[in-house]
Amino acid sequence: MSEINKLFNQPLQVLNLGTTHFYHELKTQGARVAHVDWQPPARGDARLLAALDILTGRPEVQSANEEAFARMMASRPMLTDMGLAGQVIPGMGERTLLHAGPPLTWDRMSGPMRGAVIGAILYEGWAKEPQAAETLASSGQISFRPCHEHQAVGPMAGLISPSMPVFIIENPVYGNRAYCTINEGLGKVLRYGAYSPEVLERLRWMAEVLAPALALGIRASGGIDLKALIAQSLHMGDECHNRNKAGTSLFIRTIAPHLVRAGVTGDALAGALEFMDRNDHFFLNLSMPFCKAVTDAAHGIANCTLVTAMCRNGTDFGIRVSGLPDRWFTAPAEKIKGLYFPGYSEEDANPDIGDSAITETAGIGGFAMAGAAAIVKFVGGTVSDAFRYTNSMYEITWGENLGFNIPYLNFRGTPTGIDITKVVNTGLLPIINTGIAHREPGVGQVGAGLVHPPRRCFEEALLALAAQIKEDNKC
Amino acid sequence: MIFNRVFIKPNAYFDSVVLMAVSRSLKELAGVEEAVLAMGTEMNKELLARVGLATAEALQATPNDLMVGIKANEAHVLEEAVALAGQKLKGQAQETGSETAKPRSLAGGLMSYPETNLVLISVPGLYAAREARRALEAGRHVMLFSDNVPLEEEIALKDLASQRGLLLMGPDCGTAIINGVPLGFANAVRQGSIGVVGASGTGTQEVTSIIHRLGAGVSQVIGTGGRDLSGAVAGRTTLAALEALGADPATRVIVVISKPPAREVARRVLDKLAGLGKPVVVHFLGGDQQEIEKRGLIAGRNLADTARKAVSLAQGLSIPVAEPPVPKQAAQREAAAMAPFQRWVRGLFGGGTLCDEAMFLLGPVTGGIFSNVAVDSRWQLPDPLVSKEHTMLDMGDDFFTVGRPHPMIEPVLRVSRLFQEAADPEVAVVLMDVVLGYGSHRDPAGVLAPAIAEAKETARLAGRYLSLVVSLCGTDQDPQNLAEQERQLAEAGALVLPTNAEAALLAAEIITQRTGGRNGE
Repeated sequence: MSEINKLFNQPLQVLNLGTTHFYHELKTQGARVAHVDWQPPARGDARLLAALDILTGRPEVQSANEEAFARMMASRPMLTDMGLAGQVIPGMGERTLLHAGPPLTWDRMSGPMRGAVIGAILYEGWAKEPQAAETLASSGQISFRPCHEHQAVGPMAGLISPSMPVFIIENPVYGNRAYCTINEGLGKVLRYGAYSPEVLERLRWMAEVLAPALALGIRASGGIDLKALIAQSLHMGDECHNRNKAGTSLFIRTIAPHLVRAGVTGDALAGALEFMDRNDHFFLNLSMPFCKAVTDAAHGIANCTLVTAMCRNGTDFGIRVSGLPDRWFTAPAEKIKGLYFPGYSEEDANPDIGDSAITETAGIGGFAMAGAAAIVKFVGGTVSDAFRYTNSMYEITWGENLGFNIPYLNFRGTPTGIDITKVVNTGLLPIINTGIAHREPGVGQVGAGLVHPPRRCFEEALLALAAQIKEDNKC
Repeated sequence: MIFNRVFIKPNAYFDSVVLMAVSRSLKELAGVEEAVLAMGTEMNKELLARVGLATAEALQATPNDLMVGIKANEAHVLEEAVALAGQKLKGQAQETGSETAKPRSLAGGLMSYPETNLVLISVPGLYAAREARRALEAGRHVMLFSDNVPLEEEIALKDLASQRGLLLMGPDCGTAIINGVPLGFANAVRQGSIGVVGASGTGTQEVTSIIHRLGAGVSQVIGTGGRDLSGAVAGRTTLAALEALGADPATRVIVVISKPPAREVARRVLDKLAGLGKPVVVHFLGGDQQEIEKRGLIAGRNLADTARKAVSLAQGLSIPVAEPPVPKQAAQREAAAMAPFQRWVRGLFGGGTLCDEAMFLLGPVTGGIFSNVAVDSRWQLPDPLVSKEHTMLDMGDDFFTVGRPHPMIEPVLRVSRLFQEAADPEVAVVLMDVVLGYGSHRDPAGVLAPAIAEAKETARLAGRYLSLVVSLCGTDQDPQNLAEQERQLAEAGALVLPTNAEAALLAAEIITQRTGGRNGE
């Protein structure tokens, strides 16, 4: 029987694309109909449409994306050790500071980023007091490099200096690694640009007491499976970006016996457990490098249209796309729409900052909001908003996560693998859950909310990739 | 004093129905004289210019920017209207509130509703072919309501549909009934054994409504789009539809309605029909009946005749079927009441095919007819806004609908023209169509009947008698209530006929009685 004759024997199910008039008329009749909230693809921009036509449905793009998604799903990053940044992070030179977001020079740095740089210089002892640190920072003698270009990520300012201890995450399937510092907690902390003596003192304690203790425990564990911890955390109300209570608790439960077995005792043991317990975001600095290890495994696949990093440096928002491994696509970072802590308002906010949007890039964070109803109020929404955020992201992602799922969505896998063609086609931007930093260094977090990346990053990446494919195929 | 405000909302796309609804609620504010909300296309900029709101800023708008222009007689009214516009548009954008976001793209829609088997596309023509291609590639049948799709795109899409064995109705397909579900502009027609393939929207509505009224029903009604039987498109959709109806056991009689096809295409379609082994009625509007009959197929003389013949075949009755008689006495009464200088007929149509048919039927009786859609350029109406002698207007044509809804959705658009014709002392008859069904306005008679009464009254006060002849296309299952619509129109003084052909022939008879026909020579 022909397809048309088959149609004659099926109940008609209509999808309406265009005027709502026909949708309502079909509804009135009781017909089975669904409506698409159609918008002109790519804002109707002729150049973008032409680029979309080059990329959409192209077999080599299709198979590159399948490969990238498969690599993300097959990745199994393990926390295996700790080390000093300068000794373990590849390409980290003498006077190098890694920072969050796309490449950035001192003269364009925002308040919290400058504060963090000053703090890191003081911590390293490259200068004795803040004024001298600032002079040094602006002298050109410090090499500022994005964490992302060194297999690392950092929340907020994301500063990593050579003598900071970092977690080492290994992804044995693909042999890549990821690095991240230990989360300092809330309040006056380096990642929000604070550099007062108490901040530096805490950093030293973390390097001298906490990190060696944790390193012993981690080694004794034989490696901690972060994917399993994250999967469980998602079932316990975390989205592993703005809420890390469950992940932190699970990590403490996992590491505690290994700390004891490895011989950590007394103040060091109590101090380590207490420190982790007092910081609900301790696990963020493990979920982030986990995500980095996953997306790096999918980075650099020719013709791939999936995003492998979204990050902000407080001045610019930047994305990386797998098929264009050496390029950044940036646009000015935006202010976050969210709720402010008492006494603060949008005027106090710094533009978006931090590498933590790597979580959304890997299919958790804002993309898993439907599982984190407990924090919807924190970012200024309702429970149904949370469901809608997650549901809408399926439209711009390549697939459904095989490891992470949401019980309330019938265990549907989280939307994973942001596809720039889908973002540009639908005009739907990824949703990012995030904290808001004060624009002055050292004040700390002043609120939390939701932010979208600038559209331009995706559009320019699309044009660049289409141009490259056109060049490759001479079409 | 008049206060104007024109502003642009960049990158804010709204569909035209939504914008019309917002515009209507702004105009309901006392003191608002004009409210235009339209996307920044060139045509819409002209519309804005026509009402004196084309500011330099408005002219900068792109087709993806929303232009808002408001005129009010007081400053505070203007502010109120601007605020209301903002509020209404915001309301439209935030319609959701549910947990499942409405999909934003075809791909998203198919992901959320994988059981979809037909995609109904009415997006602007610029994007329509792209969406249709994606839908076909995803293995779905398509009804493409959008027009302004380039010819070569139409051919490519139809070839793609044919490779996949899928049905592509359109572009510019206004009417279909698939598995009993009326799509686009279509009537609630009983299920039955007559399969209809139509290149014209209102022509198909007319035929299917009459089939229903005669007690029969349709199996499938497939629209092809107006260009399908052109030489270039070569009947790609029609032939695929006929193949499917030929193989469909529920279809026992087949009807084909179109403007006269290109010669070679007509041959191919008629050969195909002759080979189907099912009774066939073909109506090529104003075309050659012999081509049809020499293959042993049955030709319909007009839309109503086509329906009657199909019903007779479906019921196993004999062909030919008699035309209903023209009510000469009624015509005589109308003509006798007129002043001696009243001589012209003016047609104000919402349905393009109904307008064409009226011209074909009236022309031989009255002589030449001017029209905005004249086939013969000598009879092209120089200014569509001003009628001349005998005039038939297709008011659903682009000239009248740019930036406005179609008169089938918004019957009030024909009211001012009705008054204009009623004020012309030489007009004898105004001929109108009222098309019911899904897609159409819910109470066209409620809008037109008072206007008809007023038009007739205007003529009476001027010492004339204005005849109003209305064809009413619809079924008793349509959402409008057919009997009530007929009652309202008749009470307003209109002569209401159940078919377009009868209405046209009655109008012709009135003119003949009044002037002796042939332009009164």
